[in-house]
Amino acid sequence: MLRLDRATHDAIVAHAKRDHPDEACGVVAGPAGSDRAERLVEMVNAAGSPTFYEFDTTDLFQLYKEMDANDEEPVVVYHSHTATEAYPSRTDIGLAMEPNAHYVLVSTREHGNNDGPVEFRSYRIVDGEVTEEEVEVVEHLPKRSTA
Amino acid sequence: MAIEVRIPTILRTYTDGEKSVTGEGANLSALIDDLEGSHPGLKDRLLDGADLRRFVNVYVNDEDVRFLGGLEAELSDGDQVVVLPAVAGG
Repeated sequence: MLRLDRATHDAIVAHAKRDHPDEACGVVAGPAGSDRAERLVEMVNAAGSPTFYEFDTTDLFQLYKEMDANDEEPVVVYHSHTATEAYPSRTDIGLAMEPNAHYVLVSTREHGNNDGPVEFRSYRIVDGEVTEEEVEVVEHLPKRSTA
Repeated sequence: MAIEVRIPTILRTYTDGEKSVTGEGANLSALIDDLEGSHPGLKDRLLDGADLRRFVNVYVNDEDVRFLGGLEAELSDGDQVVVLPAVAGG
């Protein structure tokens, strides 16, 4: 299951709507091993495309360097589909390289840049196997345990 | 001559779970051959034939090797190499 706080969920949706008809992408980083999606980082889609996304390679390096320095990992990797359902495409599956991440897919096909509901779904993608999981949106993440 | 190579999560199956390994080589191509000796299978995940895989990024001292001559990028003692898979999809 993926648990997200309302603000992060809404920010991902807003990013997807803003970048429509191009795909939007980004990560939510969190402390390594915690499975806590705490810090949203919107990325530029270097492909600038309605059918493809790719983090810019220099931005990617900076992002991982920053996460490394903070002892974080990408808890969520998200992107949007702008004309199809919120389900991983064959390309998404083939290029999924973060076995510990929740892959979030948002589809803006229905309302585009406008207000209105979007499909918001989450998956694990490991060795080409896709497993959908529940998304729970809470007002705030529970406090970090000190254990 | 020792070069530190940072390994992404997905490739740590080839390094016994290690986040970073050391190798040597006068350029990236030689370094990858050297790493293959100690971590068999790694080379195939980095190269597609004679080129770097399209969705694998390698950085030498913070710079994408595609701007440094790719596999010919020169290395020297103390350089840091980072491997990061692209975050991409359709």
